[in-house]
Amino acid sequence: MFAARLARRLPSHLSRPTRQLSTSLPRRSDALFVHRDTTYNNPKIPFEFTPENLKRAQEIISHYPPQYKKAAVIPLLDLGQRQNKGWTSISVMNYVAKMLELAPMRVYEVATFYTMFNREPIGENFVQVCTTTPCMLRGSTEILDTVCGHLGGLKAGETTKDGKFTVIEVECQGACSNAPMMVVNDDFYEDLTSETTKKILDAFSKGEKPKPGPQSGRHTIENSAGLTALTSKPYGPGEHCQPEFS
Amino acid sequence: MLSLTLTPGIPRPARRTFATVQDPPVRRYGGLKDQDRIFTNVYSRHDHGIKGAMARGDWHRTKDILLKGDSWIIQTMKDSGLRGRGGAGFPSGLKWSFMNKPGWENDKRPRYLVVNADEGEPGTCKDREILRGDPHKLVEGCLVAGRAMNATAAYIYIRGEFFQEAAHLQQAITEAYKSGFIGPNACGSGYAFDVYVHRGAGAYICGEETALIESIEGKQGKPRLKPPFPADVGLFGCPTTVANVETVAVAPTICRRGSSWFAGFGRERNQGTKLFCISGHVNNPCVVEEEMSIPLQELIEKHCGGVVGGWDNLLGIIPGGSSVPVLPKPTCEQVLMDYDSLKDAQSGLGTGAVIVMDKSTDIVAAIARFSQFYKHESCGQCTPCREGTTWMMNMMNRFVEGRGHQREIDMLLELTKQVEGRTICALGDAAAWPIQGLMRHFRPEVEKRIADYRAREGGVLFGGRLARDVDPTLAIPDNLGGSLPEVGAPAQP
Repeated sequence: MFAARLARRLPSHLSRPTRQLSTSLPRRSDALFVHRDTTYNNPKIPFEFTPENLKRAQEIISHYPPQYKKAAVIPLLDLGQRQNKGWTSISVMNYVAKMLELAPMRVYEVATFYTMFNREPIGENFVQVCTTTPCMLRGSTEILDTVCGHLGGLKAGETTKDGKFTVIEVECQGACSNAPMMVVNDDFYEDLTSETTKKILDAFSKGEKPKPGPQSGRHTIENSAGLTALTSKPYGPGEHCQPEFS
Repeated sequence: MLSLTLTPGIPRPARRTFATVQDPPVRRYGGLKDQDRIFTNVYSRHDHGIKGAMARGDWHRTKDILLKGDSWIIQTMKDSGLRGRGGAGFPSGLKWSFMNKPGWENDKRPRYLVVNADEGEPGTCKDREILRGDPHKLVEGCLVAGRAMNATAAYIYIRGEFFQEAAHLQQAITEAYKSGFIGPNACGSGYAFDVYVHRGAGAYICGEETALIESIEGKQGKPRLKPPFPADVGLFGCPTTVANVETVAVAPTICRRGSSWFAGFGRERNQGTKLFCISGHVNNPCVVEEEMSIPLQELIEKHCGGVVGGWDNLLGIIPGGSSVPVLPKPTCEQVLMDYDSLKDAQSGLGTGAVIVMDKSTDIVAAIARFSQFYKHESCGQCTPCREGTTWMMNMMNRFVEGRGHQREIDMLLELTKQVEGRTICALGDAAAWPIQGLMRHFRPEVEKRIADYRAREGGVLFGGRLARDVDPTLAIPDNLGGSLPEVGAPAQP
């Protein structure tokens, strides 16, 4: 009897649009944690350290106890990333795993955990704009908009068509008294305004490297209106020390 | 009265009774002189190399300090009242003494000092200045602190973003090796000590001591459960102590100038000098070394040219980096910059990173950005933190525009209480405290936004769904606040 009723109901049920239990969109994490073989990133692409990097790698490995070679995985991945045009391909990870006698998965774990390992190719210049609160208070939103707009309407996380710039938004870079700031490749550009940001980007697109540090004219992190501390000559060895150490 | 009647004619001496309060001499803190500043090259105006460092008094008779022995160094640290400068404020001498348990000589394992230079707390930029301006102070500090805890080697874990700083530090280490200050016979004292730099790769959580140890070991930076504490089982399974850059770097100067000199600054239990980094809405943000217990207002007026638009334009100050609750203006006028005073004000000294916000600040957005930061940086190991930070971020982002229900404020507070103290490391607590601070002092602002949004867009259900989007023909459960009357904050007693 139940089966007969079900048979009668089924057609009408199917004709109605089904209501989804969940109406929210699936939201993915900000990075993909799965590797998919592509033409530019697959294990068949060979990778090896250059002889001088190999020497450096051996020097790094020697810093750690011999039974804990694994400790060198972050420095070696960094070395590999630098050699591989700023990104860590699956070949780099496999090579590091082989070098440190690790299961490749142990290296993938590390490479996906730390944000400084780019697992997708990046542009020639890697622009990282800090947008955490101390920078946000000093106008980092404007800086990010300037960078994105000046590079032809990018969104954070994208690369320009000519492959010269990749822009990302990053968390605090530890230069909060110099806010707002951005990092281009390895150098900090601090005390930015829209104008100085554009100037820096223009210089990089011409292939120059502008002077890192504060762009407002101050030296490092002192009070820009004049020193309030450390105005006198620093004291020398033994001065003010206890008699036994003077 | 009785005594007066018994001895007529004799003038009553000024007698101290139980109720008499002797006024303690008023002491004002702050106004540190240049000769008492430990970091004389914070602004990188002088040579950071070994020549410049030695001219500024580094490596001066380090051998004599080493020859004094471990217990002398530890006792000096204890007497100086130095407390850890990385945020927790644990007494350093005591912490270092945990390495020298009775019978430690029989333990054949190597012993490590790990220096935490993974400065990632938003607002903090003090260690960076030590690393690039005074790297030799840190290297010498490693040797002295290492001698105190009888360590065989030091690893300096520096965050990967600090490229120039790591280069300066490496240069300092190479120079120190060449001069024989560290190595198999450090400073000619017969003590063998190595210093290595280990660069991180961008994870805030690696600033937590056990996560940092995991990270050096080449694993994901996920904190370990304690106990065993690192002093028993730490880096590579050996006794380890993790200390902040500033804590380690001040050690040689304290040894040379004496513990009483260092203890002479600041209030009892909060002695010493400290690097403060001031950022946000001040006229001239800077990093400056000052005496502990300096009044917060004086610190800002004296060294940073005051708040943008004057002190009256101040909205609130976060006194110790992103992890501590915000303070409203009236409290900012009273607090002293030390561990105890800020703790009494329900905040904390943290790393000494002062983030100033003037009245133009969208305080809800500022705290919501912190929630986003913690969501991004949660390592994902403990469920309360991994899920809780995401929830907190979502709710805070909705509150920025006011899209929420009044009752959700208390739900959010309840959520923060559920995360706090239920995780392995303190990141869960750190994510919860800014929100608690916001609601403690700026709840009317959040409520106003919710009321405004409601007036504009109609009712909002729990979770941010608009009441007008709900299809009335569907049987939506009635526990989403759609038919609840709006309630205000609980009445203050």
